[in-house]
Amino acid sequence: MQNKKKSNLWKYCLAIFIVFIHIIPIYMVIGLAFKSPYDHSSRWVLPGYFYLKNIYTALNKSGMLLALKNTILITGLSIILIVVIGAMAAYPISRNKSKLNKWIKGFIMGVMMIPPLSILVPLYSFMADVGGINTYWGIIVALVTFQLPTSIFLYANFISTIPVALEEAAAIDGCGPIQTFFRIIMPQLKPVTASVIIITGVFCWNNYQFALYLLQSPKVKTVTLAIAGFFSADAANMNGAAAAAFIGILPVIVLFLFLQKYFIQGMVDSAVK
Amino acid sequence: MKVQKKAAINLFYIPAIVLFLVFVIYPFLHGIRISFTNWNGYSQTMKFVGIDNYVRLFQDANVRTALVNTLVYGIASTIIQNVLGLAYALFLNTKFKGRSIVRTVIYMPVMIAPLIMGYIMYFLFQYDGGALNDIIMLLGHEPVDLLANSSAAIAIIVMVNSLQFVGVSMVIYLAGLQNVPNMYYEAAMLDGASSWQRFKHITFPLLMPAISSSTILNLIGGLKLFDLVMALTSGGPGFTTHSLSTLVTNQYFSAQSAGYASAIGIFAFLLIMVVSNVVMKFFDKREVDV
Repeated sequence: MQNKKKSNLWKYCLAIFIVFIHIIPIYMVIGLAFKSPYDHSSRWVLPGYFYLKNIYTALNKSGMLLALKNTILITGLSIILIVVIGAMAAYPISRNKSKLNKWIKGFIMGVMMIPPLSILVPLYSFMADVGGINTYWGIIVALVTFQLPTSIFLYANFISTIPVALEEAAAIDGCGPIQTFFRIIMPQLKPVTASVIIITGVFCWNNYQFALYLLQSPKVKTVTLAIAGFFSADAANMNGAAAAAFIGILPVIVLFLFLQKYFIQGMVDSAVK
Repeated sequence: MKVQKKAAINLFYIPAIVLFLVFVIYPFLHGIRISFTNWNGYSQTMKFVGIDNYVRLFQDANVRTALVNTLVYGIASTIIQNVLGLAYALFLNTKFKGRSIVRTVIYMPVMIAPLIMGYIMYFLFQYDGGALNDIIMLLGHEPVDLLANSSAAIAIIVMVNSLQFVGVSMVIYLAGLQNVPNMYYEAAMLDGASSWQRFKHITFPLLMPAISSSTILNLIGGLKLFDLVMALTSGGPGFTTHSLSTLVTNQYFSAQSAGYASAIGIFAFLLIMVVSNVVMKFFDKREVDV
């Protein structure tokens, strides 16, 4: 017994060390966000008071409020499209394993390999031609297209595990394919939909590269663009910048803490083939 | 009747295919075309310049630096994330109180936008008032400007990227460890195998699918690194810390050479394709079935 306790001591020491290393970013951003800009104590020292003016400055002066609204709208609409179009595309791929569909599946996985950096310049020029720059639909379409392969991949794997008996019964009762999909298949996809929403939602919320190219007007800027603007324009006000960063990460961190199981399951499902 | 119905559901992937063709394949092909021109990114005209951009690319010292950096970001991050991720997973797979808290804390940074992570880390590594310099000065040394030193800045970018995303490798390995049947260990224990032997001959081979997923995921992520570099150094000092991704953006926005930026983008695509295919082939040969 004595021996067992001793052997666990190093585990706790190691655990505390690991937690310390990985908590630094969040510790740093919280400490600075709630510290007065006139307080020049070390960034390791948490303020003994609660200074809310940085948050106020970030929300109003740097347009974070508008950016939050834009990002919520863009992320929300993107998620809906990623879920519906992704689930629809996965259905024939996992149910109708013809030669053509095998080829289509390969094509979709191939699309996954094209990195954004290789098409951003021509995508910008194409979007400029069709009037998609500085519009919600322009950025949404780009985000949706790049997240669709992940969504299709997750849905196709999941649909393969659903027995076909229900669909066959529905077909005998005279259900068409559209009815069958929306009435029989969609309701069974709830668990995997949680993973799809989480994984692609975090990507859309955190995206910077597409937004940098496609959204150049202040009216449509997203959270990451607003924070980047804050850091380059007001380099002296680190506390305000920290407050902006805090506002940007708070929604995803809170969601993660409440839905941790789904986040981790979704990650594992999308990574392991 | 049956065949007709089955073919009818193929209509369901048409929206997805249309999006891919219009917003990925068309721009990709258009990008190849632009890469053979001198387009500046906004004018109505562009002149066909043949392979000039590609010739220039192979002679450009900045591209060479960005290429080396991209490989360093990709490979070094992959190694650190896999070794540390596996170590964390093995550690968290043992029993002790509070291990789920440790797992949560390690995974939490994955949620943070890499751009924001870069800015937060700037608070740590900044010369003026940076938290790291507070410690260095406390120990009686002169403060250091690490981000102005290109090798140190590259090391910082690799480290920040690795520590932010090590949680992904960790959960992949944790899931992999749960798939290793306990009876293998029991049999090995009966035969008197040491813990290192058990790891080497049971755990490691059976983790191959997890190692393969984690490596490919991290490698592709590292080779595409963009946000973190933008936030921490913007490619500086000079052009010394650029990745291919940030160099494309720099050539497009600052240098206004869209044709050249496209050529670098196509080059990066070929690089990522070749590297990831070589790695996938390597792992395909080594996977074993449970």
